[in-house]
Amino acid sequence: MSFSTAARRLVGLSLSRSSWILSRGVNTSSKTLSSLSRLSDPSKDLIRKRDITSCNVVQPLRSENKVTVNFINRDGEKITVKASPGDTLLDVVVQQDLDIDGYGACEGTLACSTCHLIFEEETYKQLGPISDEEMDMLDLAYGLTDTSRLGCQICLTKSLDGMTVRVPESSADIRQSDGSA
Amino acid sequence: MRNIKRSFLAMHNLLQASRCPRCPCVLSSSAQRLFSTCASSPKVCIVGGGPAGFYTAQHLLRARSDVVVDIYERLPVPFGLVRFGVAPDHPEVKNVINTFTQTAQHERCSFYGNVSVGTDVGVEELKKAYHAVVLSYGAEGNRPMGVPGENLAGVFSARDFVGWYNGLPSNKELCPDLSCDTAVVLGQGNVALDVARILLSPLDFLKKTDITQQALESLRASRVRRVLIVGRRGPLQIACTIKEVREMINLPETKADMLPGDFEGIAEALKDLPRPRKRLTELMLKTVKVDEGRQKANKQWGFRFLRSALEVLPDADGKKVTGIRLAVNTLEGSGEEARALPTGQTQDLECGLLISSIGYKSLPIDPSVPFDSRTSTVPNEMGRVSHTGGLYCSGWVKRGPTGVIATTMNDSFETARVLLKDVDSGTLDVSVNKAGAQEITGLLKSRGVRPVSFSEWEKINSEEMRRGEALGKPREKVLDVREMLEVAWSSS
Repeated sequence: MSFSTAARRLVGLSLSRSSWILSRGVNTSSKTLSSLSRLSDPSKDLIRKRDITSCNVVQPLRSENKVTVNFINRDGEKITVKASPGDTLLDVVVQQDLDIDGYGACEGTLACSTCHLIFEEETYKQLGPISDEEMDMLDLAYGLTDTSRLGCQICLTKSLDGMTVRVPESSADIRQSDGSA
Repeated sequence: MRNIKRSFLAMHNLLQASRCPRCPCVLSSSAQRLFSTCASSPKVCIVGGGPAGFYTAQHLLRARSDVVVDIYERLPVPFGLVRFGVAPDHPEVKNVINTFTQTAQHERCSFYGNVSVGTDVGVEELKKAYHAVVLSYGAEGNRPMGVPGENLAGVFSARDFVGWYNGLPSNKELCPDLSCDTAVVLGQGNVALDVARILLSPLDFLKKTDITQQALESLRASRVRRVLIVGRRGPLQIACTIKEVREMINLPETKADMLPGDFEGIAEALKDLPRPRKRLTELMLKTVKVDEGRQKANKQWGFRFLRSALEVLPDADGKKVTGIRLAVNTLEGSGEEARALPTGQTQDLECGLLISSIGYKSLPIDPSVPFDSRTSTVPNEMGRVSHTGGLYCSGWVKRGPTGVIATTMNDSFETARVLLKDVDSGTLDVSVNKAGAQEITGLLKSRGVRPVSFSEWEKINSEEMRRGEALGKPREKVLDVREMLEVAWSSS
């Protein structure tokens, strides 16, 4: 990893970390398990590796700056949320406590494909470039499409306001490897 | 000690009895204690505390607000192959442990480590105490190579080798001799690549992982400079995934040693391949070209295709491996289904270390549970064990030892969905009250078995992290079951 990438990652870490802590503060809901896969130990966040190439935009958290995101869940249910530019779609799912079981198992470290989302073609074209490492993980995703991306790698910008993303169904069984996980 | 255990169990049972947040029965807390539990709460027992068990538990707890889940694990420590299988240099994958920990700490979930189902308690006993039993005990056996010389010194199963560097108690005395120049890994799946990568990784990198200190010392003295990864079929059938190949390519001071002849005609086949296979094949093709010119490396790795093991060759004393005789194969058919057929030719490869990585295998757990010895799985339909009410399965014992963590997550969620559907439809009768853990812990106590709770595991966890910190590592695992128990039950 080059120094500049490392530095950018650090910036991204402190950003995402503070937003996660914020979210935990307001989100101490009674739905204990629906917030599974959320970190409670901030020290663990420090080991989080995240590609934040397009995330280093600091935005004030005023409501008029929020971006609307529509999720179509596995059962077809539409969930509409307001989120902050600079956050990744994984952050959004975590912060808003969206009911997508198993989403983001590796916590945004590009080590699994459970935050896979399917985009509309026009939206997909607006997303930032895709790294080999993200492609590698997407190759293992269930229901891979031409407009698939990993939610942990997509940072919200104003231009994505109103977009709709679909959570792929997970019933199909791909058997591609012999399983070191 | 006994008294402490008894009072712990009593307290635990009380806590469990007062669960059921949305329980329809209007009982005072004392009445709840009296009846020990609400009749309507389904009690599910999960056998095996690895990823399949935890993901099954997660979905059950999340989908219903009354189900009670108990996870039984043979070792005192949870997380199965996430702890003992996932390579030490893949800490990101181990992040799933955070979610598993939250599951275990859920008010309707309990962890019972140090309980061996099949020995300490029978599946029939579990079925009697719970409304449903989910078998998620994984694949603890190996597929043998089935060739002469398999038991020579210097020949290991990948399972044991991985268990050794990952601190699996049963493999702590493996002590592999790494004084040879060449190691051969038989099999080309991700486990094979993990083994190859660990053998060739720079020590400065490994020493910052949670690899065991004894494995680190052995690897420090290792003279292995070349690892050949042998598969019975061709490049288009290779079983590993692209991430693992990319990691091999990116190993410092190490070059890929491929045989260009193995890739003849492969470029022409690319256009018809599905995307994952296409990208993987393109990466291998690129490696064949690029690394032909890379000179500086003092270590090498390479795939060897179309070869099957015929015989492990012994030294003059007939004790230790000095090489492997391989059958040269040709492919019949094409694509994923292509079969390897022997040509009759053979080839010998010299090696002082041979690791067989041709697959794990589930073993039967109890005579009362159906088992398909051909596929080495428990016969099931979407996780519902065939012809056996109240019995379910998830993970490798359900579908065989393949796939990444997401595969196990999805199949475990499926099993949980099917189980809950059976509750809703009445196929699985939960109207009768079951005693659950209360009954089983009573049985265990009478048999002198003391379970390790999740908070006791957390003592082991803290101790391991403390030891790790002293060594500049995230964790130094306790290798001995007795020592694990001592830490778990220490009073501090």
